[in-house]
Amino acid sequence: MAENATVWEVFIQSKNGLAHKHAGNVHADDKVMALENARELYTRRNEGSCIWVVKSEYIISSETEDSEAFFDPSNDKMYRHPTFYTMPEGSKHI
Amino acid sequence: MNEIKFQERIDAEKKIEPKDWMPDAYRKHLIRQISQHAHSEIIGMQPEGNWITRAPSLRAKMILLAKVQDEAGHGLYLYSACETLGISREELVQQLHDGKAKYSSIFNYPTLSWADMGAVGWLVDGAAIVNQVSLQRTSYGPYSRGMVKICKEESFHQRQGYEIMAEMAKGTLEQKAMAQDALNRFWWPSIMMFGPQDSDSPRTGNAMKWKIKRQTNDDLRQDFINKTVGQAELIGLTIPDPDLKWNAERGHYDFGEMDWDEFWSVVNGNGPCNKQRLAHHKKAHDEGQWVRDAAKAYAKKQELVAN
Repeated sequence: MAENATVWEVFIQSKNGLAHKHAGNVHADDKVMALENARELYTRRNEGSCIWVVKSEYIISSETEDSEAFFDPSNDKMYRHPTFYTMPEGSKHI
Repeated sequence: MNEIKFQERIDAEKKIEPKDWMPDAYRKHLIRQISQHAHSEIIGMQPEGNWITRAPSLRAKMILLAKVQDEAGHGLYLYSACETLGISREELVQQLHDGKAKYSSIFNYPTLSWADMGAVGWLVDGAAIVNQVSLQRTSYGPYSRGMVKICKEESFHQRQGYEIMAEMAKGTLEQKAMAQDALNRFWWPSIMMFGPQDSDSPRTGNAMKWKIKRQTNDDLRQDFINKTVGQAELIGLTIPDPDLKWNAERGHYDFGEMDWDEFWSVVNGNGPCNKQRLAHHKKAHDEGQWVRDAAKAYAKKQELVAN
């Protein structure tokens, strides 16, 4: 039996101006085929205005199991949020 | 230890993702269930593909083409979800061809008349939707996301089927008889799509504990029957079950005994179309080999040119 075709991750921009969002993946042997397969599979109902495809092997992911330690540095910096600050009573437009 | 933590995540309604630890039996159960679901979408293209060239109007033909194309898409979403569990598409297809993986028995029944396109859309897709809506809340992330996508697209399938049935039911006497005949043939196999009764379904316990399934076979079946009875009445067709009756006390319809001998006989390969469906899939797969080879050779050549 033939070996698996390459797997590509598919990102779709639903409307001009918005960010591309992960939609799923497709099998394809080259980039043109990957784009065409992604169009057939994920945009049969006008779901997109632009598609990105990238070989799955190039996606680097953090580990879910380590997520606590990995995201720890941002946990104790409440001063990064606007609600941290006390504004003088009556202040406007801020 | 791992297993306890895993169950705690499940109980807290957290989704399990591909790289998370999971019990082997959970992984196995998912591969079996998702691949069976994927194969059903793909084999399910055949009974409807059978009528594309004979659709009674251009409108009906275009709709049927779009529906069959959606089913190919749904199969691919599901194969993708299944592959995240560490099995390749090639292995999945091989298991189908070897008879190790099953698909829904409903597709082993022939589609004899145009009214069958109505019955398949209305009842078969209707039953599938009830199951898939429930599976949107399954504990495995990729499966759940696939179900959300599929459910969005599926309701057109059921509506186009019901439209065909409604049209035929108010047509000539002969057309109405065709619609009734299709309902007669597809009713029992459709309600058996939900699988054996809970008392005969050994895997239900784990599947519910792990929240792979969120409702039991019997609950889903009851839900489907409750929804469908009124739809049949509205278009003047009769569900072929003399025991079907509203039970005010239960708040559900009571219904008759299903023929489980027939069910198991079809599951085990003796339905009217089992051999034909599988042979057709193998033939199409083999005949597509040169296309896959050519695509690979072309990709290789492009790489050489680029370097």
